[in-house]
Amino acid sequence: MAKSIAQEFTKGLWKEIAPFRLVLGLCPVLGVTTSMKNGIGMGLATTFVLLCSNILVSLLRKVIPSKVRIACYIIIIASFVIVVEQMLQAYAYDIYKSLGVFIPLIVVNCIVLGRAEAFASKNGVVPSIADGLGIGIGFTLSLAALGAVREILGTGALEGDIFGHLAYHVPNLFGASFEPFAFAIQAPGAFVCLGLMLCLMNLVPSK
Amino acid sequence: MGEMIKMVVVLTVLSVISGGGLKWIEEFAKPKIEAQVLENVKGPAIREILAGASNDPVESRFRIEDGEQEHTVFVGAFDGKADTVVLESEGRGYGGPIGLLVAVNVEKDQLLGVSVTTHTETPGLGAQAKDNPAFAAQFRGKPVDKPFAVTNDGGDISAISGATITSRAVVDAANRALTLYQNFKPQLTEEMQRAVK
Repeated sequence: MAKSIAQEFTKGLWKEIAPFRLVLGLCPVLGVTTSMKNGIGMGLATTFVLLCSNILVSLLRKVIPSKVRIACYIIIIASFVIVVEQMLQAYAYDIYKSLGVFIPLIVVNCIVLGRAEAFASKNGVVPSIADGLGIGIGFTLSLAALGAVREILGTGALEGDIFGHLAYHVPNLFGASFEPFAFAIQAPGAFVCLGLMLCLMNLVPSK
Repeated sequence: MGEMIKMVVVLTVLSVISGGGLKWIEEFAKPKIEAQVLENVKGPAIREILAGASNDPVESRFRIEDGEQEHTVFVGAFDGKADTVVLESEGRGYGGPIGLLVAVNVEKDQLLGVSVTTHTETPGLGAQAKDNPAFAAQFRGKPVDKPFAVTNDGGDISAISGATITSRAVVDAANRALTLYQNFKPQLTEEMQRAVK
């Protein structure tokens, strides 16, 4: 095997971090990152789907006929997305409401299908778990970072919790005279913030 | 030919397992989702149409059985007198089911108001059924003996422009609630006194 398990995991965190290095899966990246809380929620939901679909696709890779493989992957992915949707609705209703249509859209997230097709269908279960976790956590970090930048610019502060636990609160960073930069939390602001973050990341050379 | 059969078998087995599993998940999550919706969506909407009630309408609720279906009824008391019931209803909208709450004053046989709870209508068009209070306000104070209809169909509810299907769905849901009310009026009046302590 060319790469170790650790390498499969860490590549998703920086070298192939999906939204920034590969510029993939931008629909949720732009759509839900109006706050750090939403970004983390979306990231964790996607990570769960990615991990489960990677495991199942990898387990079934010898059984699934290649001609109908995409259909099989979509059945697997869609099932896990429905599980996530139901669970969020049952246990984290506010996150479910603020993510709205973006939860069912995980089905067509090209990162999830991409990892199933490009990685899990060709590798064993353990590397697939490492790959799914790495890419998923990288995706979560990207969404959280972009959400944090937009929330700070747009409201001056950070506030929220992760599924009702781990509440965080960063008070107004710029003092009382701060005028909220509402552009940052509107849709065009998402493109500008993403562009600036891409630009910053490209300043760091990737080997 | 062998490959063909394998494709069919694999896809079928996968779909069956997935469908069965999801059914199980749904059964498991259903009561919890209902509790969440009651707390986060219906609760505020019920308290809004029964603004000024002297009891907590979400607490004073009971169930009635209509054949195989069960309906939850919320009771509103004004000045300590229980005289309003809130019925849940559903209509088929453009993007999926539209949940509607219909409040009826039992003594005057009049509609106190309606409120859209859950929906998946188009933002800016159908979603106005919930977002624009003027649409729901048209139902306020209407008598219950006559079914509603949008103006296009000869009624007196003006539809949301660009969202006729949504408007019809809301009207339809309101009519369903009225039918339920008419059929169960004796039972409702009896039980509502018991529900409010």
